[in-house]
Amino acid sequence: MHKILSKERLSENVFLMRLEAPLIASERRPGQFIILSVEEDFGERIPLTIADADPDAGSITIIFQRVGRTTDALAELNPGDSVAALLGPLGTPTHIETVGTVVCVGGGIGVAPLHPIVQGLKAAGNKIITIIGARTKELVILEDWMRALSDELIICTDDGSYGRKALVTEPLKEVCERSPKPDLAVAIGPPVMMKFCAETTRPYAVRTLVSLNTIMVDGTGMCGGCRVTVGDETKFVCVDGPEFDGHKVDFDEMIKRLGAYKKQEQQAHDRWHEKHGCHLDAQIDDKRSE
Amino acid sequence: MTHATPEQLQAAAQAALDDILSRGEPLTPKDRMRIPPQDMPAQHPHVRRGNIHEVALGYSEAQARLEAARCLNCKTKPCVEGCPVRIDIPGFVTAIAAGEFAKAAAIIKQNSLLPAVCGRVCPQESQCQAPCTVGKSLKDVEKAVAIGRLERFAADWEREQGQIDIPAVKPETGKKVAVIGSGPASLVVAADVRREGHAVTIYEAFHKFGGVMLYGIPEFRLPKSIVHEEVQTLKKMGVDLVPNFVVGRTRKLKDLIDKDGYDTAFVGTGAGLPRFMGIEGENCVGVFSANEYLTRANLMRAYDKERAATPIFSSRRVAVLGGGNVAMDAARTALRLGAEEVHLIYRRTEKEMPARIEEVAHAKEEGVIFHTLVNAKRVMGDDYGCVQAIELLEYELGAPDDSGRRRPVVIPGSEYTMAMDTVIVAIGNDSNPLIEQTTPEITTNKWGNIIADESGKTSMDKVFAGGDIVLGAATVILAMGQGRTAAASINSMLAAS
Repeated sequence: MHKILSKERLSENVFLMRLEAPLIASERRPGQFIILSVEEDFGERIPLTIADADPDAGSITIIFQRVGRTTDALAELNPGDSVAALLGPLGTPTHIETVGTVVCVGGGIGVAPLHPIVQGLKAAGNKIITIIGARTKELVILEDWMRALSDELIICTDDGSYGRKALVTEPLKEVCERSPKPDLAVAIGPPVMMKFCAETTRPYAVRTLVSLNTIMVDGTGMCGGCRVTVGDETKFVCVDGPEFDGHKVDFDEMIKRLGAYKKQEQQAHDRWHEKHGCHLDAQIDDKRSE
Repeated sequence: MTHATPEQLQAAAQAALDDILSRGEPLTPKDRMRIPPQDMPAQHPHVRRGNIHEVALGYSEAQARLEAARCLNCKTKPCVEGCPVRIDIPGFVTAIAAGEFAKAAAIIKQNSLLPAVCGRVCPQESQCQAPCTVGKSLKDVEKAVAIGRLERFAADWEREQGQIDIPAVKPETGKKVAVIGSGPASLVVAADVRREGHAVTIYEAFHKFGGVMLYGIPEFRLPKSIVHEEVQTLKKMGVDLVPNFVVGRTRKLKDLIDKDGYDTAFVGTGAGLPRFMGIEGENCVGVFSANEYLTRANLMRAYDKERAATPIFSSRRVAVLGGGNVAMDAARTALRLGAEEVHLIYRRTEKEMPARIEEVAHAKEEGVIFHTLVNAKRVMGDDYGCVQAIELLEYELGAPDDSGRRRPVVIPGSEYTMAMDTVIVAIGNDSNPLIEQTTPEITTNKWGNIIADESGKTSMDKVFAGGDIVLGAATVILAMGQGRTAAASINSMLAAS
């Protein structure tokens, strides 16, 4: 059992939680993730990235978006409650090296896994240009965290409600056209965004890392549900990744595989809401009025 | 296999047993050979394919005593030679024949920690029952004394009486042993080492203990309550069990020894990396490793669609690739989850199938459609990347290969397709790379299996290993045997230090 130490609502559906996990906090490296399960007997194991960790306090920070039954249930929990299972840190850590200038792109909730990688790259002495993208102003997360780490920060929203009215690929292209061009790009976000970031950097031959969040059960290499095609090979995201060369990932296949359980997920989601209702909005409103 | 009801089987056995007992004189070998082999009572195929409960229901007392009476008590004990952990088989079978069931269980437990498990999942027809004199005389290995069913009977009887005794633990020695993984090899090491008074901690990556017995082997073949009971016994012995802890990642193996004060560690992490065919279309939506499919269904309980949060693919037409126990488990699970048709695809003939005879028979009775001497050539997907069909290629048997089995040879131009929406790949597992990746001190072979000597010792100081991580994908009983050997080495090492 791992206790929830704090909880913050970053936007309507995005939550930040600090969880008690001393071993994970001290062992985790940038790029790694955890598997979490809310209930013991019938719970689902979901992979979530580690946004931050505090080894002294023995805590890790996760940021998640309500998208289905398990994240809904997680969002209902409060400080003092516990999650049934927390496994990690999993995956191969980011290979942090000093390359010069790195352009880091985070889309939506993808800014969360990007954060520790940028921390590592910054600490290694790289110049950091960060691009944060979101649909609308309300969905821009971790702006302050990223600003503190970045030599340059570009924010864009699809609807222009904050920063530039643009998709992240627009400023990314501009950065690639600069002289000298960036030495490395890191793009994390929705699969479609990562796909187009990789397409944007390809003509400029800027090496581009992406971090994949595929369907997993165990997270230790045992199920193979997370497999993706990278170049000519099948790779397991949980043990070979989650980071891969974005120019080699077959994103179209990955996007199709992510939809494998859409129907069942929707049904489970509906059943859960029928049974539990959604107390969350009422709860949060109560808190605000306190 | 029979479809006679358990009541019918019991009545027939009771009458035959009463007849034998009323004679009041010892049975001659001829008498024994005349006793009919006792069929295992089972749920009716039409009923059981709609539920997840155990298929084989177990012998009644009369059936067990009658089956045990078929044993000739050969002086040479060929059955013991066939048992990887050398259980005194004639000893326990004789006890069952005499109605001394507690004694039978005690005899088995001298050599095997998990008789209720092994009685159910061991490949007896290629181990203890293969050289059985009765089977040989009747020229049919399936007519050998049903040693496995008798083992199961004794173990179940003991458990149902609530008479499982907790093994005695010697006074605490102050020594600490870490056991990595909680499958059959690890459970045996934990028990054997704890008995000597050493502190034992089991680290398991999943949220529940039992390894392959829990995530892999389905409820209908091995009820989870049995595994749970074994784990409870370890708890009562004072073994510390830590879930959600992946050694190598949560903590390095080296740190457990150098920093956390463990005097030694045993690695029993199993063969956890599923093998795929390497064919076109294998990453289509609807293609699963048997590991994934079975883990969702078993450990995550996706069969309980109302309660489980973990989804499982809804399938109508399923192809399962492979001919081992895992392939049978996957095929039969798919039926239970509501598939209309399940096709088992195997590139050799039924004779070469590594699965237990009983599992093959059960699968067929339940309606799994067998296709032998064929193999998948490619998976064909639709515009959405979902499985639409599978292209198959026919084979014939050629000369024997290294394993002694006749090698399947492709028949050129024999391709044909079958419509499918699901493909489950059950062609085996490679070793899990996590320990290898995170523990440079441990030497592995080219397949990633940890190299251990006959005592179970690895190349890393104070570290032992056993089970599938050493053997490659093998059986529960072989893993247990390795666990027992490693535990003996650990105990003598700790006694000397």
